[in-house]
Amino acid sequence: MMQRRNFLAAGFAAFIAGCNEIGDSAWFGKLSEGAQNWHRGLHRALGGGRIPMAPEFTRADLSPYFRGNGSLTVDTDAYRAAEAEGFASWRLAVSGLVDNPMELSMDDIRALPQRTQITRHDCVEGWSAIGEWTGPQLSRVLEAAGVKEEAEFIVFHCADTLGGSRYYESCDMDDALHPQTIIAHQLNGEALPVRNGAPLRMRIERQLGYKHAKYLTGIEAVASLDEIGEGKGGYWEDRADYQWYAGI
Amino acid sequence: MAKPKKRHALSTRLWHWINAISVIVLFMSGLNISNGHRRLYWGHEGFAPEQAWLEVPRFPGWMTIPDYYSLSAARDWHVIFSLVFAFSLLAFMVFAFANGHMVRDIFARAKEWKPSNIGRDIVEHLKFNFDHGSGKYNILQKIAYSGVILVLIPLMIFTGMVMSPGMEAAWPWLTDLFGGRQTARSLHFLAAWSLFAFFVVHILLVLASGPFKQVRDMITGGSE
Repeated sequence: MMQRRNFLAAGFAAFIAGCNEIGDSAWFGKLSEGAQNWHRGLHRALGGGRIPMAPEFTRADLSPYFRGNGSLTVDTDAYRAAEAEGFASWRLAVSGLVDNPMELSMDDIRALPQRTQITRHDCVEGWSAIGEWTGPQLSRVLEAAGVKEEAEFIVFHCADTLGGSRYYESCDMDDALHPQTIIAHQLNGEALPVRNGAPLRMRIERQLGYKHAKYLTGIEAVASLDEIGEGKGGYWEDRADYQWYAGI
Repeated sequence: MAKPKKRHALSTRLWHWINAISVIVLFMSGLNISNGHRRLYWGHEGFAPEQAWLEVPRFPGWMTIPDYYSLSAARDWHVIFSLVFAFSLLAFMVFAFANGHMVRDIFARAKEWKPSNIGRDIVEHLKFNFDHGSGKYNILQKIAYSGVILVLIPLMIFTGMVMSPGMEAAWPWLTDLFGGRQTARSLHFLAAWSLFAFFVVHILLVLASGPFKQVRDMITGGSE
């Protein structure tokens, strides 16, 4: 009996060691990327021809308090000064593969047609919160800037740093042009709180929280993510191998 | 279709071992993911301690894949094996219905549901006599196998799909069916531990009923 138990324990230890070995291999990373593409393909295909939309809720469903996570502010004098003047001089740059690069002020953004949506925010950790977001659809901004044919991804540049590096994120054109993908400047009818990304943050409702870049300063259309950051398409993707497709 | 001459059909054996690996990998990587946020809620949303119905323990490294805390690496395992888990079950079900295994061996007959039959079966199990009953499986086995194949594993798959925001956008009715993402997450956790309980009992009963022959037959097919 003792021997059998030792045998089982040794087998279990070998299994764990094997999993660690496999997890660190290059082909496992490729396999994971392949599986993500499978999931994404299924998510798009199972929509049954309509545009798959994230569920929207009513004001009765709002979380009493919308917690902040990740960066809770931007620790620079420039940001504190901008906050003090209500972000009047904040600019959103639209650049990259576009016909008309632009710089939008907060007034420009508020002057665009607005979309208000009550959606559930899902953190990769597992918790969820419901909030009401208001802002122009990203598709409107991209249309005004004239995105070129060869653009495959939209990169979101941010003011905040985590561990000394600038936060950034990216999505494909399917999510960029999705009706619920908005540049939010309001949460629950008020100007965006600092902890939630004031004055501008992305809402990419069919993906997890880390895709929803906060403290947004720039939108860049690109053909490839290779030259952006470390090349994996986002801060957490570069640093901790988080999945680029966070719709899973 | 002709009755298979082997004790276990090839499709059953293939699925059994693929599923065994999937369950172990998904369970252990799932415990790692659970460590990312150790509270469970009912309904659509929840993040604060006062909203939680359960605070789960932190699972130690030896219980998780990988054996250190890494949400991204654990999610890689989960993302890969969720597809293996779901599509291998689908394939098994197609074969098991087509070759009659499901209806003939797994589904219980009306007379088997009689309390006297169930009572007798419990007594036989307590006497460690597992070779009884007229069909291939006795009533307790039928309840356990059909419960796992038709209820628990599908519940794991569907609650997992609800938690995927991209999947939810495609099939929002699935979230409504369960009553919210956080409810689905709680059910996912409960079903995982129910599956673990089955796993433990299953292995103990294999060990108690001639493990060498049982494992050999599940590999080679054995004979009726």
